[in-house]
Amino acid sequence: MTTEPQSHKGPDIAHVTLRNGLDIVVIPDHRTPVVTHMVWYRNGSADDPVGKSGIAHFLEHLMFKGTDKHPQGEFSEVVTALGGQENAFTSYDYTAYFQRVAREHLKTMMEFEADRMTGLVLSDDVVDPERDVVIEERRMRTDTDPSAQLGESLASTLFTHHPYGKPIIGFMHEIEGLNREDALAYYRRFYTPENAILVVAGDVTESEVVRLAEETYGRIPARGQKPERHRPREPDARSARRVVLTDPKVEQPSVQLAWVVPSYKTADKGEAEALEVLVQILSAHGTGRLHRKLVMEQKIAVAAGAWYQSTAVDRSRLMLYALPHPEGTLEALEEAIEQVIADVVSQGVDDHELRRAKTRLIADTVYAQDSQSSLARMYGSALATGSSLKDVSEWPDAIEAVTTDVVQTVAKKWLNRRHVVSGYLLKDEAA
Amino acid sequence: MNDLSTTASLASRIQIVRSSSGIEAWLIEDYTVPLIAMEIAMRGGSSQDPEKKPGTASFLAGLLDEGAGPYDSTEFHDRLDDFAIELGFSASRDQISGQLRTLSRHREEAFDMFRLALNEARLDAEPVERVRAQLLASIRNEQNDPDAMANRAWFATAFAGHPYGRPSKGTAESLPTITRDDLVAYRAKIFARETLKIAVVGAIDAATLALELERVFGALPEKAALTAIPLGTPSAVGTRQVIDLDIPQSSIRFGAAGLLQSDPDFVTASVLNHVLGGGMFSSRLFREVREKRGLAYSVSSQLASLNHGPLHMGGTSTKNERAVESLSIIEAEISSLALEGPNDEELDIAKKYLIGSYPLRFDTSTKLAGQLTQMQVENLGRDYMDRRNGLVAAVTREDATRVAKRLYGEGKLFVTVVGRPVGM
Repeated sequence: MTTEPQSHKGPDIAHVTLRNGLDIVVIPDHRTPVVTHMVWYRNGSADDPVGKSGIAHFLEHLMFKGTDKHPQGEFSEVVTALGGQENAFTSYDYTAYFQRVAREHLKTMMEFEADRMTGLVLSDDVVDPERDVVIEERRMRTDTDPSAQLGESLASTLFTHHPYGKPIIGFMHEIEGLNREDALAYYRRFYTPENAILVVAGDVTESEVVRLAEETYGRIPARGQKPERHRPREPDARSARRVVLTDPKVEQPSVQLAWVVPSYKTADKGEAEALEVLVQILSAHGTGRLHRKLVMEQKIAVAAGAWYQSTAVDRSRLMLYALPHPEGTLEALEEAIEQVIADVVSQGVDDHELRRAKTRLIADTVYAQDSQSSLARMYGSALATGSSLKDVSEWPDAIEAVTTDVVQTVAKKWLNRRHVVSGYLLKDEAA
Repeated sequence: MNDLSTTASLASRIQIVRSSSGIEAWLIEDYTVPLIAMEIAMRGGSSQDPEKKPGTASFLAGLLDEGAGPYDSTEFHDRLDDFAIELGFSASRDQISGQLRTLSRHREEAFDMFRLALNEARLDAEPVERVRAQLLASIRNEQNDPDAMANRAWFATAFAGHPYGRPSKGTAESLPTITRDDLVAYRAKIFARETLKIAVVGAIDAATLALELERVFGALPEKAALTAIPLGTPSAVGTRQVIDLDIPQSSIRFGAAGLLQSDPDFVTASVLNHVLGGGMFSSRLFREVREKRGLAYSVSSQLASLNHGPLHMGGTSTKNERAVESLSIIEAEISSLALEGPNDEELDIAKKYLIGSYPLRFDTSTKLAGQLTQMQVENLGRDYMDRRNGLVAAVTREDATRVAKRLYGEGKLFVTVVGRPVGM
């Protein structure tokens, strides 16, 4: 067991690794006698084998189907009877399971969660109806929603080779073919102590969590090595592309502009922080440049914003979007967004808006301390995508270090209009 | 087992703070994180919209942070952002709510911005037209969204002629007719000390809060001029309405009359709802519709404790070919619960869950402030946090069986379906 001492602002967070390779993060919060218990696996939809899109997410559903020791439903019944809440989620780079319970029930949660790390039992009787559930989930989220369908097309255009271009839930025709053997093969490959991160936030101490973890997760034998992610690298973009989706159900059109950009994991020092500040300057509620230019000044949009997926294993995505006024065109709006970027590239940003963006981003870390589940998610997702606790605790300093020059440089380097992928959502007037 | 003790200390931590002129707030002082969260509520909401102008309350709520006092919209947002102050207002059917979150070191600026928004929002022409356009865009965005369509249609039919039948956000027809005068009139009618409830959580002491309360709320008029709203009962119960939309799945919304929050049987009804479709993995609807048959991803039920027409409601989304089957399973579960009540085991599980999970409602300052405000709105008393788990624990099978008959009656529902359900 090794302990890595942390220097930081905010809560006193510990990082410990068990002998079998399981990482443990403890985030104390003694205000209410509850704990958030999460296990993160370092695999997500981007690790789905070719032709098996959706398997990471399908397995997440199947993890609730019971083990030899605890048949289907028992874990959930116990969580409910203890007044706990539970759920799970799958992203591109990770899959996580969590329960929130009164502090005295932490060990019970650990026993069940450790048990299903290696003890999952699946029969076709439970796999088949659950596949139908996932199919209904896909219909609900995507197949009934034109804007979600455009989102899928945009992603697959942006990432031509890397699996971030595939939907997390999977393509319908591939979900339909997923079976028990696919799920178990994937499970055996990734659900190991070396590949997992235990995050406990709440009314607990480091020594207590480590002791309980030793008694539960600690009994799982090490596999010997971490499973590897096999990710093809996305080639550098050479072209601008436009994806258009028309549907009779669309009453409010929209335009999005997307680029492949570095994540915290892949970025050169300071680059991801500068992109974070840039996005804040472009899209802060009520003050962002997109809002001020397109909505307030030019009055060609009713809303505009931006979004950067900074927490990711590989090069990730940054998106800008706007909703046009009824009389405006998407082409004009796209051009206006490009002009906002061009201004940053040619003129840079001013000191005041830089300061404002930093204040806001750093205040958010204080606000996050108010929520143990937000902190647990923040640390879990950082570790699951290859960042360290130190990276997280030093993040406010790294944000402080961003200069107007760096913001201008990253805008120029990464938001290049020759490589943009734009997405148009339009009403199909002919239908 | 589940200790009722986990929240017992909370009620005793609530301080009642009064300003010099008698503005009252509930305060929980906590210095763990250097922030302050405040939530306020005033009775009113969209049910007080002028009859021909639904959307007035939401429109006004969206404009309160768009310029106030000496600051125009741009200056107001700059100032919020310079101090990282989070401030916002919203309107539900029965109330106007306001939220504030600030770092404790920016307390004075934050309370001052809240004061301006609440008392002196300018409602300048530029933000009025801009926010109107945003609201219209959001209405267009939801126009063909199956869940939003099902919900709108459900309320429009069930509450035809009642304020709840009108959409809270307004309509594409109503929004263009709402003038600045309408917004000002609504504010004059509804914003008042009489119905104001306030809760504050975080790094602030009672004496300081008392001064801030006077500063922020002292200038509000004493009396509200609320329009009386009759108690509505959903009509069309026992019927189904199908709205055609070319999608592969049917979005289903169902419901009927429920119980008022003040009803002595309300806690028992909450336990029953948990058994039916409130609990995620443990509910009857989850088990029968999702787990056993794979008919849907999401299926749930809830109690909507509306002041002027309480409901029990629920919904699911299932493929068109099996919509009839899904609905008949849901109806059968409701009928069986109405007829026989819950069995001992499911009653026990539901009670344990509701008792044990109670502290999870208070684990952030914002959530705690929200809960404390709603406890005041519902007139539950400061000791409710200590009493509440005892009330749940006291629910017997006899109570549950009796209230199930009262709540679900003969199991009749009004149902709206959006999609192309086969055979309906």
